[in-house]
Amino acid sequence: MTSVVRSILAGAALSLAALPAAAEEKPRAEVMHWWTSGGESAAIKTFADAFDKAGGEWVDTATAGGENSRAATINRMVGGKPPTAAQFNTGRQFDDLVTQGLIRPIDDLADAGGWKKAMPASLVAAASRDGEMYALPINVHGQNWIFYSRDVLEKSGVAELPKTWEEMIPALTKIKEAGYIPLALGGQPWQERSLFNAILLQQGGRELYLKIYQDKDEEAVRSDGFRKVVETYGKLRDMVDPGSPGRSWNDTTALLLNDKAGIQEMGDWVKGEFTNAGQKPDQDYGCSIGLDDTMLMVGGDVFVFPKIDDPSQKKAQDLLVETMISKDAQVAFNLAKGSMPIRKDVDTSQFDVCAKKGLKLLQSEDSQVPVFDILLSASLVGSLDDVITQFWNNPSATTDDMVEGYVNAFEIEG
Amino acid sequence: MAAAHRRTFNTATLVLVPFWLVVLAAYVGTMLWTVQISFTASKLLPVNTYVGFYQYERLFSSTRWIVTMQNAVIFGVLFIGGALVLGFLLAVVLDQRVRFENTLRTIFLYPYAMSFIVTGLIWQWLMNPGLGIQKAVRGWGWTGFSFDWSVDRDMALYALVLAGLWQASGLVMALMLAGLRGVDDEIWKASRIDGIPPWRVYLFVIVPMLRPLIVTAVVLLAISVVKAYDLVVALTNGGPGIATELPAKFVMDNLFTRQNIGLATAAATVMLITVAAVLVPWIYAEYFRKARKGAAT
Repeated sequence: MTSVVRSILAGAALSLAALPAAAEEKPRAEVMHWWTSGGESAAIKTFADAFDKAGGEWVDTATAGGENSRAATINRMVGGKPPTAAQFNTGRQFDDLVTQGLIRPIDDLADAGGWKKAMPASLVAAASRDGEMYALPINVHGQNWIFYSRDVLEKSGVAELPKTWEEMIPALTKIKEAGYIPLALGGQPWQERSLFNAILLQQGGRELYLKIYQDKDEEAVRSDGFRKVVETYGKLRDMVDPGSPGRSWNDTTALLLNDKAGIQEMGDWVKGEFTNAGQKPDQDYGCSIGLDDTMLMVGGDVFVFPKIDDPSQKKAQDLLVETMISKDAQVAFNLAKGSMPIRKDVDTSQFDVCAKKGLKLLQSEDSQVPVFDILLSASLVGSLDDVITQFWNNPSATTDDMVEGYVNAFEIEG
Repeated sequence: MAAAHRRTFNTATLVLVPFWLVVLAAYVGTMLWTVQISFTASKLLPVNTYVGFYQYERLFSSTRWIVTMQNAVIFGVLFIGGALVLGFLLAVVLDQRVRFENTLRTIFLYPYAMSFIVTGLIWQWLMNPGLGIQKAVRGWGWTGFSFDWSVDRDMALYALVLAGLWQASGLVMALMLAGLRGVDDEIWKASRIDGIPPWRVYLFVIVPMLRPLIVTAVVLLAISVVKAYDLVVALTNGGPGIATELPAKFVMDNLFTRQNIGLATAAATVMLITVAAVLVPWIYAEYFRKARKGAAT
């Protein structure tokens, strides 16, 4: 009996002794992220595999839900036990962490790797503070996609997706008369806002979009152009089904999958749902950027690297950046994720029809705008969400209410 | 004798010191810290840049906060009042020595064993027009039937109340039943001799006797109103629009998604002050004044 205990103890001691040695050999990287759904975890696994192959040791810390994961990251960074790398959305979520000096700038790595030039300038800017890069963008998500069910459109007598919102309203009415749900929308504030911003970009145009969200120009908010967008948006209230409030985006996509609804406005992560259901782009479902494939609203994910003094952790961070941004990893990751590679110089032949449309627009700065949470602070985004959701859910709310709501939000939170 | 008494008193105080420290640090300390942060410009992280009452100005110029406060009052009154009435009636019914009392008691108390998240989710399904009761009843042939409170802007708040009542009434029932069982049989005998109808006995004799239990129930229910967050998140997530936003959710949203620690702590402080303003005078009247009166006589 005692000999058994002794050998177990000896074994434990040995394994303990062996651990630090192994850690010294391999750079060990703990990565915090929130990619837990099927397609997402397949995507992050491509990074993990690439990192392990490059000689590192990937430690996965996944927390379901972006908010929870970010809260955990921030708590650990403030508490002095930061992970090696942590996921954020492209935008201003990590502003305060940069101000507090908790994040490592990665310009040296960008210069060494030479990949900065290959990225869309707006996303590089979104990852930089005062000209220095503090985050590594790893993908591009287009967020003004219109997905539509070919069957439903056909059966309703809509031959083709209309190219403008003016033509879209009669088309949606036709779909409604044919007994389908015209517009599949999940009634959560962020989805309602996503639809509104897509219409703003399509109908108001790039200039108006940027004037409002980049310059926070009050006159632009009061302009006829913006009012027209609000009116279009208001007309769409009759185009959703009664089950809409509170529905998640993927349950909403299911309405398209089952040919119950006509169109859905969403980001390109929706494609994962179609792919999982075995549907093919252009055959079973259609995809369009905005309505006429001319202007892409871009956002995405980044990784930040907390400032750590430990040289082995620094080495791990260097290796992480190198593997994540490498051309092969970019292709593998983004194919699994449904997003587009952050580098323009990778081989895109394997991507589907939809992604190729997006990649084309990514080539030029003039055919893209940043998604609005890149441009605005989290609290202003929240305030605008409140304004939009109140307008959407209250049929008696007027265009003036919306305009005044925007002006107030800019004044208070701007 | 006196010396021995003082010694036990000292030991007792000594034993209590750590508890007092924990209470002070954990409750009062965090409370003060929250109030302090509400006067700073904190966004994602707490900072020490003081901005006076700026966060409070922001708070009260936000439509959402105003709606939130109104909702809290409507929800609170209906929920507390409803749970008290329903719970008391259930207790009275069970008090008639009905058959299967144990089974019924368990059934009524069961919802309380569930978390608000589960309650919220169940009712969300029941009230979802595409899945729940409405669809079932329409499927049976009553096509005009409509029960879609959770997605109806004007009714969603009452959907919250309904789900809350379903959960909390059982607890009130259990408390009240215990109280009813403690009522002396002599009272019933006396009332029967005097020929007073039972409902009058319940209303004018028993209810005043149950006063301490009612106070307990109100405090318990009020606490769940103040901290109502999970129920909202699971049932409506504040929607449609902002129709069912409640203060606790406002605080959580600003704390974690909107990077507005300053605003969130200001809202929390306002909640604290409101609760204190309502509860302190009442508790004082309920316990301390009476205790003093009792001591005087």
